Amino acid sequence: MRVMAQIGMVMNLDKCIGCHTCSVTCKQAWTNRGGVEYVWFNNVETRPGQGYPRRYADQERWRGGWVRNRRGRLQLRAGGRWRKLATIFANPVLPHISDYYEPWTYDYETLTEAPLGDDFPVAQPRSLLTGEPMQVEWSANWDDDLGGGPEVGAQDPVVEKLRRESEDAVKLDYERAFMFFLPRICEHCLNPSCVASCPSGAMYKRAEDGIVLVDQDQCRGWRMCVTGCPYKKVYFNHRTGKAEKCTFCYPRVEVGLPTVCSETCVGRLRYIGLFLYDVDRVGEAAAVPDEQDLYEAQLDILLDPADPDVVRAARREGIPEDWIAAAQRSPVYKLAKEYRVALPLHPEFRTMPMVWYVPPLSPVVDRLTETGHDGESAANLFGAVDALRIPVEYLAELFTAGDPEPVRDVLNTLAAMRAFMRDVTLGREVDESIPAAVGMDGAQIMEMYRLLAIAKYDERYVIPTAYEGEAHQLEELACSLDFEGGPGMGGEGPDGGPPFGEASGRPVPVSVETFHALADRQTADDFGDTESRRGRVNLLNWDGRGRPEGLFPPRRTAAERARDGNGSPPPDDGDGPAGDAR
Amino acid sequence: MTTNWIDVLLWGVLPYVMVVVLVGGTIWRYRYDRFGWTTRSSELHESRLLRIGSPLFHFGLLVVIVGHVIGLVIPASWTAAVGVTQEAYHVQALVLGGIAGFSTLAGIAILIYRRRTTGPVFSATTRNDKVMYVVLVAAIVAGLATTLLGAAGGEGHDYRASVSPWFRSLFVLQPDIASMAAASTGFHVHTLIGMALFVIWPFTRLVHAFTAPLQYLFRPYIVYRSRAGGPAARPARRGWERV
Repeated sequence: MRVMAQIGMVMNLDKCIGCHTCSVTCKQAWTNRGGVEYVWFNNVETRPGQGYPRRYADQERWRGGWVRNRRGRLQLRAGGRWRKLATIFANPVLPHISDYYEPWTYDYETLTEAPLGDDFPVAQPRSLLTGEPMQVEWSANWDDDLGGGPEVGAQDPVVEKLRRESEDAVKLDYERAFMFFLPRICEHCLNPSCVASCPSGAMYKRAEDGIVLVDQDQCRGWRMCVTGCPYKKVYFNHRTGKAEKCTFCYPRVEVGLPTVCSETCVGRLRYIGLFLYDVDRVGEAAAVPDEQDLYEAQLDILLDPADPDVVRAARREGIPEDWIAAAQRSPVYKLAKEYRVALPLHPEFRTMPMVWYVPPLSPVVDRLTETGHDGESAANLFGAVDALRIPVEYLAELFTAGDPEPVRDVLNTLAAMRAFMRDVTLGREVDESIPAAVGMDGAQIMEMYRLLAIAKYDERYVIPTAYEGEAHQLEELACSLDFEGGPGMGGEGPDGGPPFGEASGRPVPVSVETFHALADRQTADDFGDTESRRGRVNLLNWDGRGRPEGLFPPRRTAAERARDGNGSPPPDDGDGPAGDAR
Repeated sequence: MTTNWIDVLLWGVLPYVMVVVLVGGTIWRYRYDRFGWTTRSSELHESRLLRIGSPLFHFGLLVVIVGHVIGLVIPASWTAAVGVTQEAYHVQALVLGGIAGFSTLAGIAILIYRRRTTGPVFSATTRNDKVMYVVLVAAIVAGLATTLLGAAGGEGHDYRASVSPWFRSLFVLQPDIASMAAASTGFHVHTLIGMALFVIWPFTRLVHAFTAPLQYLFRPYIVYRSRAGGPAARPARRGWERV
């Protein structure tokens, strides 16, 4: 068992109202530059819908992710190393800009600059790629809120697949339409196919927190990562010629802040925390024969951070104590593995994605109430899960490679929480049989309720900082004893200094220098020693007593000043620094 | 044959100037502009023509490079020793070189046409790119013309007796200026354009060729890297020293 830490996210789709605040703030923070106008590290898709880029989930066409070959081993769907190099001059399956959309702006200047005339001036759309006027035909969320209706929605690869199996599996006509929102960021997979596809080795997974990043200095723009990622969450900056992707806001996460998309989410539906996982078993778990076993296999490699064996193994791997403590409080581990209400997106791509989703349950209660039933009674809710407007099969295609059972279990758990909490809220006697029906107990349901419904900031985001973990390397805690008789030993080294003069060698930590200088002064009989550089006065720890030698440069005599030709000497009032002020 | 100062300058001095600029420029670029070291692909904007033109050009060019190495590095006596006659050598060089040269030329013609006619690709073309294209096309055309004209002229000028000895002599720092000066004008022009190409190479997008990702064949699929220490461990850059 080799334990590694992975920072992960859970999104509670029940709460997503599709306001796109996450997308907009992310764009402002990360992709408001030229060359990435079309790029949304975070986007919110309406489901059913084609997604962004269009139909990205159709891997028959885009060839992203991994497949299991006949020998039971994983290989990149777009082809292995030799094939990558052979097609390096023209990637055969790179999405075209129109598969995302052609970015545009408006010719706003016309509104104020147009000459006086009979026609009202109009700001024409202009392409951000060519500067030419253009017809706007698509964007990152053109089919938002089922825009385009059944024609566009029917091109959702999931809808297509379900309809191949049964003609009326998914209804898109007005009366029976359904929709929900799916916010997407990079999945920061445990088995990232984009990293595996990069010929330059510029993409990497950070060993400490598992964030997948692109080294901008090493990327050569071969574009294989764009094809490799089945979620199409690596983008090509057409101006710099480099790949860019969601960074999990690593500069924020490193100091313990949640990502921009999480911080600004008005529905407070995102959770960030740590997973501990067994890196030795990732390959094996990603290669299980049956796609529908991938969800369980993925859960299986997540380790229980409360297990003493796991904690020992984590310490052995050098995972800091505060990271282990954070993993034990991790909301994402609780939602994914303890309560089993969060599911991975498209596990069948075999990349082991680490952004999980709580599937949407609503609007089941209203529907039940409309039909004259008690919409919040457990018995009715459990029965209604299969009659939900959002078909379980649809959710299963997104989250469990088509296996409806885990989705049903999640929805039942959420329904049980509603029914159980109604009794609690109304002060009735609680019915322990409700949680028992989904394999939980009342206390667990209460905890889950607190996490999902109350969703306090510090419970949603349990993010250990990068620096506490590395505190032992910080200079304040280290005593620099670089060489025999060095500053740390209270001396100035052999021959009164470092090997090649004062500026050579490694700098003495300020704290060490300060400590010794202060100790010397406090124990010395006089105010300083002019013979040694140690006697120089550091104003930061000068206690204001007296006027130590070395505080001011040596005073020049009148004869010296006259020799320098400085004109008449300034009046000398004797003692004190004021007299020397120039 | 006596050598005049122009020949000394062109075939005795210029090659070394070229090497100094090529090596020095590449090192400089790698140190100071690693972010700019990219193919700057435009496949996102247009892929239909690129998928024909780019492989045609690049694979053609790879064969051309191999042909140059064989023609310039391996002495005629060696190929004769393994039983390849002068005539056989020239026929295969002409056929293979001709095919590869034409592929390269056709490829780059398609690519330039595409670059000029596809709006977003054209607006992503810098002046640097345009200069580079001129020199690159000139080198290819001059090379191909020399090969074909030599063949059309029946006997053809035997570069293995003039250019190749000079090329090899450059590496031992005793340039055989006289034998290069004796080569035909076609070879002179092609060599000069070629040297111009290598001189501008480090300062154009052509540098991507130096980082051809062959190491991909040997590394593990998933790359892990450690966060480099955090800010305390990062050396302060000039102007950003801690207060």
